[in-house]
Amino acid sequence: MRGFTSPPQNIKMDKFTTLVSRAVPLPIEDVDTDQIIPARFLKATKREGFGDNLFRDWRYNADGSLKEDFPLNNAKYSGSILIGGKNFGSGSSREHAGWSIYDYGFRVVVSSFFADIFKGNCLNLGILPVQVSEEFLQKIFAEIENNNEAEFKVDLENQTFTIVSSNDVSEFDINPYKKTCLLNGYDDIDYILSIKDKIEAYETTSKVQSYLEKPVVE
Amino acid sequence: MKKTLFEKLWSAHVVDSVNDTTDIVYIDRHFIHEVTSPVAFSGVEDRGLKVFRPNQTVATPDHNVPTIDQHLPIQEELSRNQVDALTRNCQNHNVNLYGLGHPFHGVVHIIGPELGLTQPGMTIVCGDSHTSTHGAFGSIAFGIGTSQVESVFSTQCLLLAKPKTMKIEINGTLDKGVEAKDIILYIISKISSSGGTGYFVEYCGSAIESLSMEERMTICNMSIEMGARGGMIAPDQTTYDYIQGKEYSPKGEDWDNALAYWKTLKSDEGAEFDAVLEFDAADIAPMITYGTNPGMGIKVNTTIPSLEDIDADTRPTFQKSLDYMGFEAGQELLGKQVNWVFLGSCTNGRIEDLRTFSEFVKGKKKADNINALIVPGSKKVEQQAIAEGIDKILEEAGFVMREPGCSSCLAMNEDKIPPGEYSVSTSNRNFEGRQGPGARTLLASPLTAAAVAVSGKIVDVRELL
Ligand code: SF4
Repeated sequence: MRGFTSPPQNIKMDKFTTLVSRAVPLPIEDVDTDQIIPARFLKATKREGFGDNLFRDWRYNADGSLKEDFPLNNAKYSGSILIGGKNFGSGSSREHAGWSIYDYGFRVVVSSFFADIFKGNCLNLGILPVQVSEEFLQKIFAEIENNNEAEFKVDLENQTFTIVSSNDVSEFDINPYKKTCLLNGYDDIDYILSIKDKIEAYETTSKVQSYLEKPVVE
Repeated sequence: MKKTLFEKLWSAHVVDSVNDTTDIVYIDRHFIHEVTSPVAFSGVEDRGLKVFRPNQTVATPDHNVPTIDQHLPIQEELSRNQVDALTRNCQNHNVNLYGLGHPFHGVVHIIGPELGLTQPGMTIVCGDSHTSTHGAFGSIAFGIGTSQVESVFSTQCLLLAKPKTMKIEINGTLDKGVEAKDIILYIISKISSSGGTGYFVEYCGSAIESLSMEERMTICNMSIEMGARGGMIAPDQTTYDYIQGKEYSPKGEDWDNALAYWKTLKSDEGAEFDAVLEFDAADIAPMITYGTNPGMGIKVNTTIPSLEDIDADTRPTFQKSLDYMGFEAGQELLGKQVNWVFLGSCTNGRIEDLRTFSEFVKGKKKADNINALIVPGSKKVEQQAIAEGIDKILEEAGFVMREPGCSSCLAMNEDKIPPGEYSVSTSNRNFEGRQGPGARTLLASPLTAAAVAVSGKIVDVRELL
């Protein structure tokens, strides 16, 4: 999926319905966000170009050359689905992790277990996190191992992930509200802005707000 | 119905419900720093909005800042740009900024509590996973992504799925030489770095109640390292005493009102949690990690697990981790030479941590092979340390106290551990490259770090007390 163009700056969210694609396997457990995008690449003030540094220290040697054996560098793998090992995305809250995955060209991340903040960030960015059983995950890895051109179908409406060749299907969970958001390209903020009167009403009844010291700019 | 503290605070903050599991939750306090805020500020501006409640928002640059010569312009261009962007954004949106050199400047999770901005009963968020620190005061505090920072800027609210609740009870007394950091490293070693995923944790029991606020913060800080959304401890007299008189704590009649409310903040007797874990404080020893996630920890005087102790599925990941660290399964760590020590971070950069370290090294000398980074968590901590003569004690022992910032916790500034070197660190993450590309991190308590700093190798601090 190299060469995928960066999303424009102000993109709120792509619509997501169905996707049929090959997949890139990353059979490593506990992939943390410091591996997805190391801290030294978090210095940008714009959401641009993070895909280049996705898995930076696993993808490149110290001299900047590619590590040939790393799956993202292996020409036999491609596609907009990333298959990760158990407990994917642990660690920091940096949304840059999701930005780099998105910017590289992935739209779906599959694992048998996701870290909370990472999963939430994905949903807010238009990346679909698909959680399957450990057994099904191993099936996916085996399928790619057998045939690196194997295709997978992700159907958000029906909440299914299918190994196309064998028609093996796994259902996945998603919060119904976030599902609607992804299907339509909505984001949370527009929704919350629409209930601003309720927020202001809440503030007048909040116990904490009644005694809160609010530092003002000196 | 009997409710947990978490459930009480959650329902007190629900502005509206989206569906059975998802609510719009009001945020009382929003902390921001230079790394995760710029894109959120741009997003707000693209919507034609301003920060909705700027005086509930507090900013400080911490992740990127140098820890020497802070009075000079930041040398590194990208870091300087990010810190400048924070300053500009705060000016444009009327957000209170405690910049470099300000007496309130410091690591975001250190300054909130010490300024009295962090209080019981609040919802507190920050674009940083260690926001869980603030839960030590009996608040719902958790880290968020940049899209959510934009949401709080725009609306002071977040759309959230309600997490499950977990109770972790620790009773009994701690052995000498065992610190709060050891408690949390011990728990994570037992339940793994994903054992708390999906949960919000409440810590309780006699061992927790006996801790100071600073120690409680160390525990709650690392809740995220077991995957939990956050951790909390019900407020008690220790909490009230800590808050009273701080810059932004309630005063006068407000204090009385607040205190009356805070005293109601506890889980009801018999309230049900989705999961309950119990540990015995007497079983906890000084801990150290040997691998590349915080769950890979052992009692310092024991050995790294052997391959047979590890699930077959997990062995490749375990082996990969040991290869990175340059360790072998079954190996003993005591006596292993270490050339770097880091004291600092939002886990262990508070005044009590500097006291512990300096009391131990007082009258001793830094080992010749040791390079130490001693970094106070905030300007206030630095000033307090100077007032107590801690900087002098450190100097006499061969150490230098630097200026406040995140420093080598994530090595976004110059404070990097060189490739392949071992670092005993009081921070919270031992991920590959966390302290610099190729750096090998072993997490431990400030007391263990002090013992390593004077020994030049891994030791069981209990034998030196
Ligand atoms: S000290 Fe470390 S963990 Fe804490 S806020 Fe800074 S970088 Fe994050």
